[in-house]
Amino acid sequence: MAEPLFSVRGLKVALPDMTRKPLIGRAPMADILKGLDFDLPRGSVTGIVGESGSGKSTLGRALVRLLEPSAGSIVFDGRDITHLPEAKLRPLRRNLQMIFQDPMSSLNPRRTIFSIIAAPLRQNGLGDNLKARVAEALQRVGLPQSFASRYRHELSGGQRQRVGIARALALAPKFVLADEIVSGLDVSTQAQILTLLERLAAEMGLTIAFISHDLSVIRRLCRQVIVMREGAIVEASATDALFDNPQQAYTRDLLAAIPLPEIDADWLLPAAKAPT
Amino acid sequence: MSAVVKPCLDIRSLSAVLPNGQRVLRSVSLSVQPGEVRALVGESGAGKTMIGKAVLGVLPTSVRIVEGDMLLEGEDLGRLQPKARRTLIGARTALIPQDPLTALNPSRRIGPQMTDRLVRILGWSGQRAETRIRQLLDEVQIRDPDRVTKSYPHELSGGMRQRVLIAAAFAAEPRLIVADEPTTALDVTVQKQILRLIAQLQREHGTAILFVTHDLGVVAKISQKVSVLYAGKVVEEAETADLFAAPQHPYTRALMAATPRYTDPFASLKPVDEAVLAGLAAEIAAADQAWRRPHG
Repeated sequence: MAEPLFSVRGLKVALPDMTRKPLIGRAPMADILKGLDFDLPRGSVTGIVGESGSGKSTLGRALVRLLEPSAGSIVFDGRDITHLPEAKLRPLRRNLQMIFQDPMSSLNPRRTIFSIIAAPLRQNGLGDNLKARVAEALQRVGLPQSFASRYRHELSGGQRQRVGIARALALAPKFVLADEIVSGLDVSTQAQILTLLERLAAEMGLTIAFISHDLSVIRRLCRQVIVMREGAIVEASATDALFDNPQQAYTRDLLAAIPLPEIDADWLLPAAKAPT
Repeated sequence: MSAVVKPCLDIRSLSAVLPNGQRVLRSVSLSVQPGEVRALVGESGAGKTMIGKAVLGVLPTSVRIVEGDMLLEGEDLGRLQPKARRTLIGARTALIPQDPLTALNPSRRIGPQMTDRLVRILGWSGQRAETRIRQLLDEVQIRDPDRVTKSYPHELSGGMRQRVLIAAAFAAEPRLIVADEPTTALDVTVQKQILRLIAQLQREHGTAILFVTHDLGVVAKISQKVSVLYAGKVVEEAETADLFAAPQHPYTRALMAATPRYTDPFASLKPVDEAVLAGLAAEIAAADQAWRRPHG
């Protein structure tokens, strides 16, 4: 158990830089991730936080090998998956599940909720006893059984995200990537989805990489946090340590920029120049 | 003293319906005093953007106002001829939109897009408009106005685009600005800069702002008054400081408890109690029934 589920060393991901693409020919490659080192411990939720363009989503996509790294290594559950071809990744996919930001676009509009949740079960050889398995998945996320025959447009945003969670957890995966899964939701719905995920993570002992721009949400849900900026790790530590005693100026700036729901007349005043 | 000050915007018992007869605004009353920021806060579907659109006269054609008055600096918008109404709204109000990329024309340079409104709607000379725009770009701390006015929207960052639209909104010295989720699409550090900028310009120009947001954190920082909306109904109205000190309506309390706070992770992010939602549904139903009786 001491061995981490993910062990990442010197991870680089390069993608074509379309802003510098010549009219004819290929775009030059640009490093989106600039050599990351970290571990994801088993059975706990790790927060990955950063502003837009920090590379947090690219990192998530590399972990589940939707992207192939250009350098470095990703060891998942004791196995180097850095450059595994898709055919060899396939049997591992059931343990590398995803919950997406926008459940509207990640659920097929022409399939019933039953068939959406059943699809990954079928693909992974768990096609027997589908009814019972889907029923269990629905029950797990607190949706009534009658939802099995509905379509995504008949569901509210929060219900859709529950379906997304049910689908990802139906296979009891070793790892779940959750990329901004509550950022499109109202606060009341957001609280429901987070408490659900929090409960399921504890019950099922899930290892989750929870990508978010919202440090308040991260503090509640995650045991450790990785702060990213411009494709690099700014700071990584246990959650309470990070919030109570942030080591980096950038982390402190991020925290100070969050508008907490309390009156603070000084918040909008120009910052006094910090002596650094 | 405050009794004799004419509100900049006064909305009285405004109701609007969809073609199927469903009310989307439920007897909304609120006012914005000159130079004051009033926040409209609520979740999606609460009707907060709808109120902003009603004020600006840009409601979708499917939404029909069936009752109520809107007074802009004492002028009853409902009594004006459409052309006079548009002229008045154009001269005295402005909008800071949520998404600067869709609000700007992607195929035109920033400069002419900013001066257009001044020249076409307010009849300023091109030169006067250009001078004014430069002045405002300076006020929103854009250091190289030449480059920015010659840029196309996609060449600027999200924060820069929002600065441009803030400058454009304040340029004609409107009495009232409707700010519709102006920082929702921005990163937190940029959001803080933009909120600070809006607050500063608002103070300096003495502009009233109707500030639409879903974020109670933003409400706390930017506004002096606040109206909490649910399903097109104002469920609570208060001075912002009072609302945070002692929220009265169960829904307001539930919203506050649901809003994440990193300083207090386990006292926040509380799901809204079913009883609160049931209470709201009953409140809305009762209000609709009382409203339908005299309105057939």
